[in-house]
Amino acid sequence: MSWIRKNILGSRYFSFGITVTLFLLLYAVGMANYRGFLKPQVFCNLFIDNAALIVATIGITFVLLIGGIDISIGSVVALTCMTIAQLLDKTNLSAVTVTVLALAMGVLFGLLQGWLIAEFNMQPFIVTLAGQFFARGLTAIISRDTIDIVNPAYTAVASARIYLAPKAFVSVGAVIALIALVIAALVLKYTRFGRNIYALGGSEGSAALMGLPTRRTKILTYMVSGFCSALAGVIYSLIMLSGYPLHAVGMEMDAIASSVIGGTLMSGGVAFLPGTLFGVLIQGIIQTFITFQGTLSAWWTRIIIALLLCLFIVMQTLIVRSRRRIHAEN
Amino acid sequence: MNKFRKLISSHLFLPLFALGLLLIFNAFATPGFFHIQFQNGQLFGRIIDILNRASVLVILSLGMTFVIATGGIDISQGSVIAISGAVCCSLIGGAGDGTARMPLVLACLIAVTVCMLCGVWNGFLVSTLKIQPMVATLILMTAGRGIAMLITAGQNVPVYYTPFTYIGNTIPGSPLPTTIYLAIGMVLLVVLVQKKTSVGLFIQTVGINSKAAHGSGLNVNSIVFLVYIFSGICAGIAGLMDASMIAAADPNNAGLNMELDAILAVALGGTLLSGGKYYISGSIIGAITIQTLTTTLYALGVSSEQLPVCKALVVILICLLQSDKVKRLLEQRSYRKAVDQA
Repeated sequence: MSWIRKNILGSRYFSFGITVTLFLLLYAVGMANYRGFLKPQVFCNLFIDNAALIVATIGITFVLLIGGIDISIGSVVALTCMTIAQLLDKTNLSAVTVTVLALAMGVLFGLLQGWLIAEFNMQPFIVTLAGQFFARGLTAIISRDTIDIVNPAYTAVASARIYLAPKAFVSVGAVIALIALVIAALVLKYTRFGRNIYALGGSEGSAALMGLPTRRTKILTYMVSGFCSALAGVIYSLIMLSGYPLHAVGMEMDAIASSVIGGTLMSGGVAFLPGTLFGVLIQGIIQTFITFQGTLSAWWTRIIIALLLCLFIVMQTLIVRSRRRIHAEN
Repeated sequence: MNKFRKLISSHLFLPLFALGLLLIFNAFATPGFFHIQFQNGQLFGRIIDILNRASVLVILSLGMTFVIATGGIDISQGSVIAISGAVCCSLIGGAGDGTARMPLVLACLIAVTVCMLCGVWNGFLVSTLKIQPMVATLILMTAGRGIAMLITAGQNVPVYYTPFTYIGNTIPGSPLPTTIYLAIGMVLLVVLVQKKTSVGLFIQTVGINSKAAHGSGLNVNSIVFLVYIFSGICAGIAGLMDASMIAAADPNNAGLNMELDAILAVALGGTLLSGGKYYISGSIIGAITIQTLTTTLYALGVSSEQLPVCKALVVILICLLQSDKVKRLLEQRSYRKAVDQA
């Protein structure tokens, strides 16, 4: 019994294992019940439909790692879509310039939030809440109606298909999301910034005593989150091809849920990016189930995701407790 | 000079000052702002309107104040409002001939009880399982609207039973809207409990230092539990009012972002968001101020989608004023002035 506790519960990959198992289980159930699940394209669609969520989840994972929170994500996604749509509509700027500008805006937004949090010791929840209000309101100030994106270069990228196999393709957005995921995982694992983030999340006091730049790391983390939100916005705009004030409402909650289901500890210090990818995919598969099923309504998605979220949070609490007991025994 | 300082450092100064500014602004910008009419035994006017809407927020922020005082937060209030409306309206039923399937009082009681159970759930997660409040209430926030839609089968349920509309509007023959009476009743109840028992003191103790509170023999767990249950009840009552105002249950939009307004009201009232000492009077005035701000901006032609920008700026401003760094800066300046004068 104690061997099990030490080697399975104590393992860093215990939570990751459960997430992957759950995903495979759900996929197997899908294959057994619906013939559509056998098509490789259904698997690719998971990435295409959730590309924006994957990127948003990367951002929130960075923030959750340092024990913070960022609930401005959905609004920044909407603001990015709207900015891109408006700039392409009203100015002669090229699609590339507009995209770069939108990304820079996201970074700036993150910088501002991070500065308020790190410099004035304000609660991340409150600051990003204000950020959420601000970005959403700003989107409505730019335009209260839908603005369509008709720029030929932009729509060409949006409709491009990248074939992985004869009958399976992914979108440009999905590729960007996966590249972002790999880069983020490498940054967390192998750079000084990444290690600082883990240290800060483990214990801010200890990190400061070790001489790590806690303030700078905090601000940088929120900048990463701002950048990821903007990048998610770009991907989202590739899917929706429009700007609208009510785009991506509540996406931050989905991102938090994916991250937690993927094994991120909400109190900070623990996260495994490949796990969060599976967190997103599990949400995607639940949505696919509900679409295939046809009679269940959309709100079931929310309830099931909330249940999963609850389950994983409770599981984490228990794991942390049992780990503490293991430490005490040692 | 000393008196002036005392006035400024009082927790009521900020919300009252903001409210005063808004009222003065309105006196000039909105014609007939203070005009109150007496018609058919009822009072009409913008002020009454504001107080009517603010009553919902006052009740919500009462619950939120205690939660925040223990160092927690309850972001599920908005969803609980939706659940409350959904339960009550479904029980009364949308019969077109204006009859109720269940007596009004019973339906309301059941709705509030369901919301109390939501509070029990939050309290269980926070106090028993020791999950951070923000995360624990996030679960119900995500699921709550789904549950409300499940209850109403995804539809808005209109209620044609007239007495139901009395909760959020006026009972014939009464000069003021019912919401105001309900809000005053809740406030009196809270004040009475505070005066007669030491629960208020216990809550503060938990918020300031929960370990010390535990050490001094307080049952921290049950106090935290209680606070979330109370927040659920408050959200339930607010949900009844909200549904009654539009005479329908709207699971999608009922109470949307209301929890944020409540947090804002509490912060404006001088209660620190990190917990500890709390001010009921501050929260009440804060709630009225927030509602006045909202109404003022609507009167100026700001659309409901654009409104959040102003609210965001207010939040940041309040939090900046509350932060230690800014406080220290302000103090240093006033000291330097005193030294210069000497």
